[in-house]
Amino acid sequence: MTVARTEQIGTLREAAKTKPRGLWWDAWRRLRKNKMAIAGAVYVAIMIVVAIIAPWVAPHNPNTIPVNAAANTPPFWMKGHDPRFILGTDTLARDELSRLLWGSRVSMVVGFIPTAITVVIGTVYGLLSGWLGGRWDNILMRLVDVVYAFPSFLFFIIMQASLHDTWFGHLLGGLILLFTAFAITGWVGMARLIRGQVLSLKEQEFIEAARSVGVPTWRVLLRHILPNTMAPIIVSISFSIPSYILAEAGLSYLGLGVQPDTPSWGSMVFDSFPTMTYLPIFVIMPSALIALVMIAFTFLGDGVRDALDPQMSR
Amino acid sequence: MLRYIANRVLWTIPVLWLVATVTFFLMHAAPGSPWDAKNAGKRLDPALEASFNRQYGLDKPLMTQYVIYLKNAAHLDFGTSYQQEGTSVFDVIMQGFPVSARIGVLALALAVVLGVPTGIIAALKQNTWADYTSLFAVTIGYTLPSFVLAIFLLVIFAVDLRWVPVLWTDWRSYILPAFVLGVGSAAFIARLARASILEVLSQDYVRTARAKGLKESVITMRHVVRNGMIPVITTLGPALAALITGTIIIENVFGAPGMGYLFIQSIVARDYPVIMGTTIFYAFIVVLGNLAVDLTYGIVDPRIKTGS
Repeated sequence: MTVARTEQIGTLREAAKTKPRGLWWDAWRRLRKNKMAIAGAVYVAIMIVVAIIAPWVAPHNPNTIPVNAAANTPPFWMKGHDPRFILGTDTLARDELSRLLWGSRVSMVVGFIPTAITVVIGTVYGLLSGWLGGRWDNILMRLVDVVYAFPSFLFFIIMQASLHDTWFGHLLGGLILLFTAFAITGWVGMARLIRGQVLSLKEQEFIEAARSVGVPTWRVLLRHILPNTMAPIIVSISFSIPSYILAEAGLSYLGLGVQPDTPSWGSMVFDSFPTMTYLPIFVIMPSALIALVMIAFTFLGDGVRDALDPQMSR
Repeated sequence: MLRYIANRVLWTIPVLWLVATVTFFLMHAAPGSPWDAKNAGKRLDPALEASFNRQYGLDKPLMTQYVIYLKNAAHLDFGTSYQQEGTSVFDVIMQGFPVSARIGVLALALAVVLGVPTGIIAALKQNTWADYTSLFAVTIGYTLPSFVLAIFLLVIFAVDLRWVPVLWTDWRSYILPAFVLGVGSAAFIARLARASILEVLSQDYVRTARAKGLKESVITMRHVVRNGMIPVITTLGPALAALITGTIIIENVFGAPGMGYLFIQSIVARDYPVIMGTTIFYAFIVVLGNLAVDLTYGIVDPRIKTGS
């Protein structure tokens, strides 16, 4: 009996020595074990680095035609290539490799910035709606419902088609217009998600406890509610980034994306499409990069979701 | 239930109104005039332009045009095309709709035929090679962007192997677009079916059925698969809507003369009435798809009915 007790105390002491592990630590441990997710994360990290260093590593200017450059010269493994252009030149004789490198900038920026905007707007809106509740919630959510029902890709097309050639459409090579279009429709998903979380969280005891000891409302929202909504926000971020990358690629492929002189993978497919029958490689290269970055983000997103919400994965 | 349906149906009106309004004002904010397209992108002679404007009511103040448009649209009159003179917008949409619908329905059929069995088998044989193989295929299927897949297949089967025509010709042209769209949805359906079946397998009523000594095949067919299909069935509506709207890019890759192709053509040509009409039509399909989920949920799963 006594032996058993000392043993028990021993294990308790042992347990007390190890550091307490939080939700985030557990999630990180689970994510690290997921090989696909790590592979995705590594690829995304490489793409971010490439996007940053593109201006320094690109062998040519992506927009100007080098001296004596011919259009449509094939990549180095094909006959008739020009040694100055490793991956050949496009229909306007611009260096393909440089354009591909620069194109990563558009993809990264177009994934991350609209996501950041929608997170901020959606979080504030969702917190407000969920916390106020009742009639206010009803009114605020009606707006969300209407925007949510608007088919977003259709909206992007209309927005791009209308404002592409205005002064606003030319800001930052067309990126500002894309950010705006993505943000206008994107915030509602985030707002819905957070509102739902707030609605269930605010009924819980620890919130009631905080309020009953006189913690001010803003503090309850920021210190108690918001941290508890982080997991779903992060999961939703990891899926929203690739969806914007894909939307940009799709719009640019239709000729409705960034301005023509901004190198983007989607617009490179668009530019090379007419010559597809005899030089399909110029269509393949940018589309393969689009596919790879999508696959990487999805693996990472799946991993993050499984790590943060282990019940959902099985 | 009837009130609920009526409420949901009425709710589509403000959505369609918003779509029409946003499209209308955005479109008119674009620089230049719709007649430039008739003159190779150059400005028409001012007198001619003014007469065109008068003919189509574009000389009136914007707000007046908007009110007139809404009034006509409420009577399902969407005007006539600028490009195909004398053809009503409805007829223009109906030129493309059968092509899009055929692609969409073929794709959905393929998605169901591929996706449902894959999902069910993966779930029933959880954590076996069958599960892992299908899971891998499914992950690739839903991650690979459909237009990238479309371009790859076009290069392989049309340009290199010449099994199907590069340009849109006959029934063979439907194979690739339907396949491309179907694969993506199949992956989505398989994922959903797998997750749903796994959840049903852990339910008490399945254990009860086992405890009663029912045959495994009966349990699988009657209890597991039937209940596990509820979420799958409810997504078919929006899936079809997504397929029909998702074809915008795919139709342009394959040059399929469907709604999406005509839509982009009308945007390039600044054909206002066709842009408006197609946008509203697309939005209508999507809204209808979403409506279908809400309603089918009530029918397939009676537990939800009382909720709202």
